[in-house]
Amino acid sequence: MKPAAFEYHAPRTLEEALGLLHEHQDEAKVLAGGQSLVPAMNFRLARPSVLVDIAHLPDLDRIEATEPGSVTVGARVRHLDLEHNTIGGPLGSLFALTGRWVGHYPIRVRGTFGGSLAHADPAAEWCALACALDAEIHCRSASGSRSVGAGDFFEQMAFTTCLEPDELLVGVRLPELSDSCGVGMAEFARRWGDFAIVLAVTAVERDGDSIAGARIALGGVAGGPVRASNAEAALAGRPATAGTVAAAAAAAAEEVDPTGDIHGSADYRRDLVRAMVTRALDQALK
Amino acid sequence: MTAGVRWTGRSLRRFEDPALVRGLGRFVADVADRDRGTLHAAFVRSAVPAGEIRSIEAPPGAPVLTSESFPGIRTMCARLDRPDFVALETPVLATDAVRHPGEPVALVVAGSRAEAEDLAEQVVVDIDATRPVLDAAAATDPAAPTVHAGLDMPMGNNVVLDARFSTEGVDAAFDAADEIVTLDIRAHRQNALPIEARGALAAHDPSTGRTTLTAANQMPHMLRTALADILDIGEAELRVVTPEVGGAFGQKMCVPREYVALVAAARLLGATIAWIEDRSENLLASWHSRDHTYRLRGAFTRGGRLLGLDADIVCNIGAYSNYPVTFGVEPLMAMAELPGPYRLSQYRVRSRAVTTNMCPIAPYRGVSRPVLTLAMERLMDTAARRLDLDPVEIRRANLVREFPYAMPTGLPVDPGSYVETLDAAAEALDLEGFRRRQQQAAAEGRYLGVGFSVFGERTGYGTPAFAARAMEITPGYETVQLEMNPSGDVTARIGASPHGQGLATALSQLLADELGVEPRQVSVVHGDTDTTPYGWGTFASRSMVIAGGAAKLAAERLAAQLREIAAHHLEASPADIRLEDNSAVVAGTSVGVTLPEIARIAHHSSHLLPAPIEPGLSVSATYDPGGTFSNACHAAVVEVDPDTGHVRLERFVVIADAGLEVNPMIVEGQIHGGVTQGIANALYEELVTDDDGNLLTASLMDFLPPTACEVPLIEVTHVQTITDASITGAKGVGEGGAIGAPAAVLNAISDALSPLGIEVDEMPATPSRVRELIRRAQSTTTGDRT
Ligand SMILES: Cc1cc2nc3c(=O)[nH]c(=O)nc-3n(C[C@H](O)[C@H](O)[C@H](O)COP(=O)(O)OP(=O)(O)OC[C@H]3O[C@@H](n4cnc5c(N)ncnc54)[C@H](O)[C@@H]3O)c2cc1C
Repeated sequence: MKPAAFEYHAPRTLEEALGLLHEHQDEAKVLAGGQSLVPAMNFRLARPSVLVDIAHLPDLDRIEATEPGSVTVGARVRHLDLEHNTIGGPLGSLFALTGRWVGHYPIRVRGTFGGSLAHADPAAEWCALACALDAEIHCRSASGSRSVGAGDFFEQMAFTTCLEPDELLVGVRLPELSDSCGVGMAEFARRWGDFAIVLAVTAVERDGDSIAGARIALGGVAGGPVRASNAEAALAGRPATAGTVAAAAAAAAEEVDPTGDIHGSADYRRDLVRAMVTRALDQALK
Repeated sequence: MTAGVRWTGRSLRRFEDPALVRGLGRFVADVADRDRGTLHAAFVRSAVPAGEIRSIEAPPGAPVLTSESFPGIRTMCARLDRPDFVALETPVLATDAVRHPGEPVALVVAGSRAEAEDLAEQVVVDIDATRPVLDAAAATDPAAPTVHAGLDMPMGNNVVLDARFSTEGVDAAFDAADEIVTLDIRAHRQNALPIEARGALAAHDPSTGRTTLTAANQMPHMLRTALADILDIGEAELRVVTPEVGGAFGQKMCVPREYVALVAAARLLGATIAWIEDRSENLLASWHSRDHTYRLRGAFTRGGRLLGLDADIVCNIGAYSNYPVTFGVEPLMAMAELPGPYRLSQYRVRSRAVTTNMCPIAPYRGVSRPVLTLAMERLMDTAARRLDLDPVEIRRANLVREFPYAMPTGLPVDPGSYVETLDAAAEALDLEGFRRRQQQAAAEGRYLGVGFSVFGERTGYGTPAFAARAMEITPGYETVQLEMNPSGDVTARIGASPHGQGLATALSQLLADELGVEPRQVSVVHGDTDTTPYGWGTFASRSMVIAGGAAKLAAERLAAQLREIAAHHLEASPADIRLEDNSAVVAGTSVGVTLPEIARIAHHSSHLLPAPIEPGLSVSATYDPGGTFSNACHAAVVEVDPDTGHVRLERFVVIADAGLEVNPMIVEGQIHGGVTQGIANALYEELVTDDDGNLLTASLMDFLPPTACEVPLIEVTHVQTITDASITGAKGVGEGGAIGAPAAVLNAISDALSPLGIEVDEMPATPSRVRELIRRAQSTTTGDRT
């Protein structure tokens, strides 16, 4: 369990990093927190011949309110910083609620937000959160920059995004959530710290006793994070009651099309979708 | 230290721990790192479960060794001398066929492990893959592929052991029964998962012609013998050293092919070569464990008395036999011990070992007992529910109370506290109070349950017990050599091979009491075949009983010698001399001589010793007992989440009887570790392969040991029944935790889900399995999918 030989670069500027990615194309891999890439290299499942470590790039570790109504999280902001609610408001609460489900403490100390999105594990908490909130993902390469909506960023194949080999994910823009928005997160894993079998991330806009609108994203049920749009529709404009929640959870279980693996069959995952959506919504409506 | 206070029975902190917790413990990988010039090996392994090797191609000139590199080497073959046994031979490296995924085919050597892995990747093994057989039931089908083609299998395709036993009146007992309970128990495959995987360092010294193998191992002397036999060399040419060993649990007991190949390679190349197994290799191709199915039928009276038991046991033992205990250990132990502590006169059993294209099986903490206890305890609970009896009552009606008792197989059971520990567990849980709480919870749609598990564990057995299995290599006795050096300190050299159990501390306590010294003055030497007497290592909950017994016998001899010298020196009678506080004193007086003074005389003024006392203070003793049953009751309280199938352990209570506890803290530590592995067995750990034999749980992302977050506080209460089956009064306690826990957990889940009519007979009871049972139950009761 030792990696194949590789070359290591620790550029000090964004331009230098992008230059290296451009030069080495798919021979190169970005190294962020290393919490997914390094194990994969040790198993020799990933064998980049060049590593471009972004640990020293300036600015990518900031959380900023760049424009009114939104927050931009730099690519190498650590899981732990988000778990500690550095953002505030309902958005900050959602980050905090979600963050504590990402792996174990030591992993959250090193692992990065951008790394999680770029890695695109189908059961990653941050990917589901980005999907739920229609995050905008900023990518840079030597030849330019672009922003991609979460819906287009994640391919419906595990560990696959629209990032080109020479592209660096630099930051993620998320909408602020209004104060009348309730947030909820529920996850089922075999043990504390394990990747989820199924997880649900929700943000529910209240209008008095009714639900104005809701966002629900699921992890662990497809190649990437997915929105439960039928469930969202089942909530919009309805009274915030247990019956409404149950109907939405049933709709979510109905609309997903999971595949089974050693930790659970497709039926089992459907059952979990129903349970997790119920629990996440209950939390959001509390 | 005041006179009269005994060390035995005190929870002394372990002498072993300061080095370990400060990172000073030296494991085999540390030893390998320390030696400059160490080469590193990697094994090229079969990617398929079954096939014929067509060719092995390596880069020209590369140090790649295959079976052809070692023409003189023998196969490994341990035997049982019984007509219902088929011996399986294991080549050290695969020769023409591969029979399980990960089977070692070639060994490569390089300057570092990373380079060795690079080289291993360049070795191309061309295998003509054939259809594998993975499941034991499927393997016995005459049309199934034969794992060892060409081998005579008179008992059926791939059946390598088919043992039967029956008392006379089994059918009559079933005819007389009011209720017959049938049960199918399935225990899936596991890996013992020591934190340190296997590893070894073979160093050949051309100047002496000797080879030293430093290895993660529990049986160093046996390993030396096996290496000498297989390599066809004298044992004097070999030395086996076991440094710190990071857990073993049986996985480091049997002789690994890799260690043999490593020693052969070191001798061939005249080099020092390390092989440090990584986790994926360990999960794939170290020894596996469990993988049993039991079909059980119990004949009960209306009142819950068990009249008869009929069992059909099948063990999937994988592709080869382990060495030296053989694959027979699983089915034969299951057959001999299944009835457990329940009074029973009519018993019929058939127990088979079936070879398949899976990784071979070796004993793992408890061996067959976690599964046979699960089977019996599930039988009791299922019968209780059928007969509308309380689980405690049905057990009380059947548990042995009078001793000595003999199981229907003739196995003698010495005094224990079966009923007492059960009652104590029920009381510790406040069973009545729990039942009220359970009902309240049920009204809120919550599922709480309680489960009990009562068992006896046969421990500390010597050669008579192993001989009953007709083993060609019959383990069992232990020898302890004791020496008091001129300063009055004591060295104990033992053949047992502790690897984390704290045996050095416990033996020091025992010896301190016998010799009148302090435990700190005793140093225990183990794990080096050059400096310890031949012995069988540490396994089967034996060390405190057998090595402890030998230590006590040796100490009695040394004490007699000390008393004799003291008596001569003090002009008293040896019978009047007491050894205490580092002195030998004439009883009832203050006249005495210190032990260091006696030791000086014995070593440095031996001309003053009266005949026939010889110079020095060195004795040896051997102990070879018949065995003693320790016992315990485990009780678990769980809550099952009906939506997810998740089982939360709320409480776990153990009432343990290990006889005399030399160090109760160590006993408790053994129970905590064992229960944790039992919980792993019950709920978490499972090796899963796909239909082509590929291991799907090849890393710790998928093979899931429970962590501190999943394991509740384990509440241990101690009971001590002293019997004369063990001369120290101690009974073995190394495996009990792992044996009792699975049944307690599965019984608790079944109790929780009893409103839905669910019985859980398969382990691990993973959330998806539990949820599947709930889904099925709900759809039959409500007629729709929930
Ligand atoms: C035991 C364990 C448990 C875990 N449990 C969870 C869990 O429950 N939930 C969860 O979500 N995660 C879990 N993780 C993974 C962890 O969250 C990782 O931190 C995360 O997936 C990747 O982030 P990283 O910064 O470590 O990225 P790295 O490992 O450094 O990189 C991951 C991949 O993303 C690419 N990459 C990284 N940053 C960028 C970038 N800025 N631009 C372009 N490409 C980039 C890399 O090239 C690589 O391919 C676990 C990890 C471990 C070891």
